[in-house]
Amino acid sequence: MEKIVLPDIPNLNNIDVYLANGGFEAAKKAFMQSPDDIIDQVKKSGLRGRGGAAFLTGLKWSFMPKTTDKPKYLCINGDESEPGSFKDRQIFEYNPYQLIEGIIITCYAIGAQTAYLYIRGEYHKWIKLMQNAIDTAYDKGFLGERMKDTFGVNFYCNLYIHKGAGAYICGEESALMNSIEGLRGYPRVKPPFPAQKGLWGCPTTINNVETITNVPPIILKGWEWFSKIGAPRHPGTLLYGVSGHVNKPGVYELPTGILLTDLIYNYAGGIPGNKKIKCVIPGGTSMPPLRGDQLEGVRMDAESLKQVGSAIGTAGVIVMDEDTDLLKVLLRIAKFYHHESCGQCTPCREGTGWMEKILQRILEGNGTSKDLDLLISIANNIEGNTICALGDAAAWPVKFMIERFRDEFEKYVKAQVKIPIQNKVHSMRNTKIPLE
Amino acid sequence: MTFKFTEENLKRIEEVKKKYPTSLAAVMPTLYIAQEQNGYITNEVMEEIANVLGVGKIDVLSVVTFYTMYHTKPMGKYHIQVCTNVSCMLRGAYEIWNFIKERLGIDHMEVTSDGKFSLEEVECMGACGYAPMIAINEDYYENLNKEKVEEILNSLLNSEL
Repeated sequence: MEKIVLPDIPNLNNIDVYLANGGFEAAKKAFMQSPDDIIDQVKKSGLRGRGGAAFLTGLKWSFMPKTTDKPKYLCINGDESEPGSFKDRQIFEYNPYQLIEGIIITCYAIGAQTAYLYIRGEYHKWIKLMQNAIDTAYDKGFLGERMKDTFGVNFYCNLYIHKGAGAYICGEESALMNSIEGLRGYPRVKPPFPAQKGLWGCPTTINNVETITNVPPIILKGWEWFSKIGAPRHPGTLLYGVSGHVNKPGVYELPTGILLTDLIYNYAGGIPGNKKIKCVIPGGTSMPPLRGDQLEGVRMDAESLKQVGSAIGTAGVIVMDEDTDLLKVLLRIAKFYHHESCGQCTPCREGTGWMEKILQRILEGNGTSKDLDLLISIANNIEGNTICALGDAAAWPVKFMIERFRDEFEKYVKAQVKIPIQNKVHSMRNTKIPLE
Repeated sequence: MTFKFTEENLKRIEEVKKKYPTSLAAVMPTLYIAQEQNGYITNEVMEEIANVLGVGKIDVLSVVTFYTMYHTKPMGKYHIQVCTNVSCMLRGAYEIWNFIKERLGIDHMEVTSDGKFSLEEVECMGACGYAPMIAINEDYYENLNKEKVEEILNSLLNSEL
């Protein structure tokens, strides 16, 4: 099986090894064609974004205006903060030059002269590795003005790393742009979309690190080749990050559309102690969880997962065995979104906190069955009512976990509970002191 | 207590500014440089950054208070970050979190009295496949268990302050 993003070539993070294995050939080939041709090929290849939304990459590029007097920008999203995802760091570490080559080709296709690679602040090690790779690429004339001589083309681009500082929300594309601009990571209202008004009000395209790393092979080997790999409507390979209760957690590059059970049992080595699976989150904690007894035949691509009521997300697969306490898991997820909500929109800012508090109350043994419906009601009131998708991401796990594992959660709640009222003001109702 | 950037750091800030069309965009990298020099971000530091970059003090403050990696009070020499998010939690992160808490006698965002250690419960660090994990300052320690954490802690406890 061919690997596209992380090929099995030792020391590929050394530029000489990369060059010896056809490095920057795709860029040379791209510069002999027009930018529109490149966009067309990526469109035809069917490449879809790897950051969560699985949007068609070529289509996204084609939204960039052809004629504008403003500079255009490319942002590459390496914020990688979705719990369950740890794929981009593999690219920074093992195949940085293919990412750089992909950035060069993308800049050429959309007409951007400046690219910002946004990497989360905690990734100190990978920022250093990536910075070294970028410095080397500049030295060898693969970036910056010397590109003109290297490739014999009237085009050049610059690439800079922007280091995040610990905010999940900056993985949202418009928050990421605000963060690069030196502002708080608040998502922006859309429209206008980034292609019209992005970074500093200029046309901007934002792509995930893994998406961009797929571009050079598509240009070099042709879109037909790429479109035949994996699931027809979501072609290529994915970096599946398997974590949780499996024997061999890690990142596996495999074609899209493989069986989830195949991934868990044949690649990730199955469940420790041969236990049963209770729950699987297929694409990072934001995506609806699946029941362990309904995994047969589930395939890992955007369309197939949509059919079973989940989504591919970042392909970060979290596996939970039969002994897992789902209430604690859901509480931890709710706590995460409460912590990471940027606070702009009331439903998300308040709702995430309420969900956490109610789940905490249930954990403490003070939950009633009404609380489960209340949680779903709060989730429904967050979903779709916020500027960005963090609201949905916070609502989905709560809503679907409770709906799909209702039997599990019913065990924690009682028909009625007596909660001692600690707040003296409220208890005034029961006192004999006249209130006036 | 006034704060001034060193000559060398002023040069680094000039380099950083070249990456962006506005100097406001240099606030985040400049804050990192300041935190490296001063250890944490004070009002004086923010004022100096505003002066050096020619931006408003409020612009700097708004960034500092939004992002979790800028510290507004001194942290320990070894800032221990424990991920307790789902993937780590499933593989025993809370055991490690409780163990470190007890061993050092500090809780979330607290510092030991000698200033050697500080502790932080962090969200997903992108090490889910190598869980559980902790990070000490800038370095990741992965595939941990209680024994390995104890070993790491002991070596740090025995080191000089």
